Amino acid sequence: MKLLFYYLIFPGFIFASVIGLLTVWLDRKVSARVQWRQGPPWYQGFADIGKLLYKEVIIPEEAFGSGFIAAPLFGLASVVLAVTILCVSFFSMSEGFIGDIIVVWYLFAIPAIALIYIGSTSGNPLSSVGVSREIKLLLSYDLPMIIIIVMMASKAGSFSIQSIMDWQRINGSNISNWYGIISFAVAIFCIQAKLGRVPFDLPEAETELGSGILMELSGGVLAAYELSKAIMLFGLPMFLIILFWGKGIIGGILLYLLIMVLLILIKNTNPRVRIDHAMKYFWGWMSGAAILAGILAYFGV
Amino acid sequence: MKQTIIPLGPYHPLLEEPEHFKLYVEGERVVELDVEIGYNHRGIEKLSEGKTWDQVPYLVERICGICSTSHPMAYCLAVEDLVGCDIPKRAQLIRVVVCELERIHSHLLWVGLAGHFIGYNTVWMWAWKYRETILEICEKLTGNRNHYAMFKPGGVRRDFNKEQIDYGLERIVEMEKPIRLLTDAILDDPVIHKRLKGIGVLTKKEAVDYSALGPTSRGSGVPWDVRYDEPLDGFKDLKWKVIVQKDGDVFSKGVVRLLECFESISLIKQALVSLPEGGAIDADIREVPPGEGCGRYEAPRGEVFHYVRSDGSNMPYRHKVRAPTFNNLPTFKASCKGETIADVALITASIDPCYCCTERVAVVDKNNNEKILREKDLLKLSVDKTKSIMKKLGKTPPLYNMEI
Repeated sequence: MKLLFYYLIFPGFIFASVIGLLTVWLDRKVSARVQWRQGPPWYQGFADIGKLLYKEVIIPEEAFGSGFIAAPLFGLASVVLAVTILCVSFFSMSEGFIGDIIVVWYLFAIPAIALIYIGSTSGNPLSSVGVSREIKLLLSYDLPMIIIIVMMASKAGSFSIQSIMDWQRINGSNISNWYGIISFAVAIFCIQAKLGRVPFDLPEAETELGSGILMELSGGVLAAYELSKAIMLFGLPMFLIILFWGKGIIGGILLYLLIMVLLILIKNTNPRVRIDHAMKYFWGWMSGAAILAGILAYFGV
Repeated sequence: MKQTIIPLGPYHPLLEEPEHFKLYVEGERVVELDVEIGYNHRGIEKLSEGKTWDQVPYLVERICGICSTSHPMAYCLAVEDLVGCDIPKRAQLIRVVVCELERIHSHLLWVGLAGHFIGYNTVWMWAWKYRETILEICEKLTGNRNHYAMFKPGGVRRDFNKEQIDYGLERIVEMEKPIRLLTDAILDDPVIHKRLKGIGVLTKKEAVDYSALGPTSRGSGVPWDVRYDEPLDGFKDLKWKVIVQKDGDVFSKGVVRLLECFESISLIKQALVSLPEGGAIDADIREVPPGEGCGRYEAPRGEVFHYVRSDGSNMPYRHKVRAPTFNNLPTFKASCKGETIADVALITASIDPCYCCTERVAVVDKNNNEKILREKDLLKLSVDKTKSIMKKLGKTPPLYNMEI
């Protein structure tokens, strides 16, 4: 019962959705002000989801019906699970389990995999281009991020969220060292790509592919995807807070705001990159920086 | 490798107007491209032949909302060429001011759209914010933000008063700083360089072979500018230079447009300062003799060409319009092949296309090369459609004169 409460209400589905959608509003409002626009009211994210829920769901003829509807729901469920595991550990509501940090990172990958499934079965040529981009992007940002996760886990001596946080409570936050700052910068770009935001919004690329991978999504199915994206906008910064800060709620909130500012800044000061640029960037510069951070971490700098 | 056809259009977020590009792709690489236009034909030339000489500028202004000065300018030049009259100096300079204001707002519009196309929405919004000031100047000087209704064969319709001139000078000087800021921000951005440089290269030879016009040719090192080459009245007494870039890629075309904004600002300043005191603004053309005339003017997108023929009546007997996109469109065959889809989307936008300006229709039977839809048929189709709509609405259809 307690687990169900954790999963559905706090800190799971309801809590994460509310925080996520408010973060979406923050993102949109700040972006709008940067661009000399008015921006939406605070409830816009909720209104969008609400509107989508009562729209008709159109399933393309070529798609496998129940799979088409199930995939985004599956993605949503995984994201909620990931956020629940993260928050339960962060608020010290549970001990967690060994390897949960890896489990969480791959749970965050499931919405992308669900999208790949939907895009490739929809039979739309623009979606299929989006799918190929999504796969390449998924492979590219995973490498530097995994290097960072392994680095932090080996520092703490265990692949569990709790031990990474405990280690930081005793030895000081990772972000207070050089290796922490470098890997934090790398991680910011990785989660920007994972969230599919500019400059890494290649699978959707509105002006190239007309929403690409999302093109055939509609109604509640699209709402499920949008909601999982909003929850990820809460979950992924949370993930970084655990990796790099690990202690105290107030510091966590401040770091959360800092991460959001950086994400919004990157979004508004960059054009979309090309997929080959993105791959070179993540496998070259970003992985290189992550390895450098690893070396620094080894020497304890 | 298997070829797939990726459609761009007829309805696509990239395109402000309906047109259809078929991209034949292998993976992400485009190997061939087809362009289909013709979704937006409006029969402007035919309509023009039913209007008096003075009414036509009103019509040709509506060929394009952005080049709403260039088309009337070219038309007026064509009529003046036919009549063989001289335009008063004050009218020439007023024309320069309005034309160059239009060029700045058109180029800023393009910069904004190009920003949007590469996913850089901040550039989009900022460019359009600065464009707003230009539109305010237009409104103050001409009465309208677009469709200025300033031109008539022989001169201009309205004069500028002292207050308007001062306002124009003050605001246009203000504009230099923000446009400089925008230009520097774009020209120094490493990600934009990475994204736009070396993309969709149109070599100098290809630009000449395809007769590319405007910034599309000037971005490839071909210094064609009708204002300079002809040279046009008004422009020839002012100091300015034709902006040329050599590389021929999307970036060069953007640079040409941004730098042209400064030339335009300089032209407007010079023209407003050197406006002669008082004097006529109209050559007062009373009648148009039989004959033919051509007008060429450098619109923001390239050379606009208008041809008029008169039989001595009060209407053009024939009016032919050619917009610059008509020439720039085929350059895609040279610039798009071998590029990725992401880049082709940009390249198609880089000529600053204006399809509704371009569209003149001729439906031809492929087998025997015969025209199957003539002007009469098109008009009939249009009249029938209106009648059926009116009938549906339960209204009496107006009577049309079907004689052509």
